[in-house]
Amino acid sequence: MLEKPLAFAFCALIRILTGTRVIWRGTAPEMRARVYYANHRSHGDFLLIWAILPPAARAVTRPVAGSDYWLRGRIRRYLIERVFRGVLIDRHIKRGDDPIGVMLQPLLAGESLIVFPEGTRNQGDGILPFKPGIHHLASIRPETEFVPVWIENLSRALPKGGMLVVPLLCTVTVGTPITLEPGERRADFLTRCQNALLALEPADSIEHEHL
Amino acid sequence: MNISEYTPSHTLLLIFAGIAGCLLVASAIGLLLRICLKDGRTNPVILNLNARINAWWVMVLVLALAFWGGNTAVIVLFAFISLQTLREYISITYTRRGDYRALLWCFFFFLPLQYGLIGAGWYGLFSILIPVYAFLLLPISSSLGVDTTRFLERAAKVQWGLMICVYCLSHVPALLILDIEGFEGRNLQLIVFLLLTVQSSDVFQYVWGKLLGRHKLAPEISPSKTLEGLVGGVLTSTAVGAALWWITPFLWWQAALIALIINVLGFFGGFVLSAIKRDRGIKDWGHMIEGHGGMLDRVDSISFSAPIFFHILRYWWT
Repeated sequence: MLEKPLAFAFCALIRILTGTRVIWRGTAPEMRARVYYANHRSHGDFLLIWAILPPAARAVTRPVAGSDYWLRGRIRRYLIERVFRGVLIDRHIKRGDDPIGVMLQPLLAGESLIVFPEGTRNQGDGILPFKPGIHHLASIRPETEFVPVWIENLSRALPKGGMLVVPLLCTVTVGTPITLEPGERRADFLTRCQNALLALEPADSIEHEHL
Repeated sequence: MNISEYTPSHTLLLIFAGIAGCLLVASAIGLLLRICLKDGRTNPVILNLNARINAWWVMVLVLALAFWGGNTAVIVLFAFISLQTLREYISITYTRRGDYRALLWCFFFFLPLQYGLIGAGWYGLFSILIPVYAFLLLPISSSLGVDTTRFLERAAKVQWGLMICVYCLSHVPALLILDIEGFEGRNLQLIVFLLLTVQSSDVFQYVWGKLLGRHKLAPEISPSKTLEGLVGGVLTSTAVGAALWWITPFLWWQAALIALIINVLGFFGGFVLSAIKRDRGIKDWGHMIEGHGGMLDRVDSISFSAPIFFHILRYWWT
């Protein structure tokens, strides 16, 4: 009932506060199931990517989020489960957990994902080495497109530990989709994904000095 | 022509009709150039010219709406212009995690308070809020971030941005709180005079520069600024200012002299902010206004001329 207006309000708010400029450089938003992967420096990252998608695509795109954080407290739980329709994964993997299976389900049902393959928020320069999860997804469903998304400046507007957004201008650059080549090894695929993402960082970025 | 012949709203209506007429002529020229020139549809200069003219229509419409809304609407409009320029400035300025709180103070405390003080008519605090209180309190906030890396540089840059984008620009709506004898209820016309003179100077510098520009002034700072553009632009809009004497409390020669002063200041406003852009390796401050760049690209001249215009009026006319 309230979920749709709430989702709209969150998206409008973050887009207005960050004056986000979106550059669809390598692809356009599409309805087919794909995986958007991005650099991760701010806890607002997933919301910003979700917000830049057209409403129709947003309705079938689900952010992958840490259940250890989001399931604590009723409001958080409501937001991630009902409003953002997150795919929840426990970052402290226990025996019997199957995070790949959990992420695969929406993909097989035709929905897209937003993932942060660095695994944690990066407090330094560039990006951290990717976790192998996206390669697992790619090898099980090789037709999946992996779309690199570079988020610029949001870590200054909403740094770790911050609650309020400094209304700085952010830029989101969407690159060319990548698919797993036949016979491509895990390390090669991950490196290719990392390089495609890093290539989207603006040349005049001030953010890396900032960190 | 005598000012008392027209009511304030009548005067504003006349002026905006005049501006709309000028824009119609500009749009017609833009259209002709696009149709008649061989490469008019693809030539980047013509495309940019038309984008600029279209943006002017939007900007004039927004201004007209604010003037129609009255003093409060004008104050709110300039608060939003300050907000946009400050975010453009800070977005490309070096700060660190330790400045996060100081930045929140800038955007959510000092900026609204500065404009609130205009609304309250409290000139004493308005004139020192940012030069004194922000100047002292923001570095304290940043120092609590316990990070000494390039500390003075960071503190200085934040303060400078706040001065240009908020303090200086707020002197435009601050014109509304001046009490000028025999000019009661007409202070919006002072804003019209300032904006028309300085912005038309930017336009005429562009036009003369494109038509006659030969000698580049300082290509390492601004590749498009020429001596011919500067002289032609400043003189033409000084004439515009003189021709507008009837909406001001000035005599015609006073209007001309003041227009000359604020045009020269406006030119250097654009010049100084261009130097900063070149240093950072960027062409424009942002992407908000099609053909013009960012908001700060459009109002850089205003931020330098507004405080001086304000003080000339406050010193000699109140």
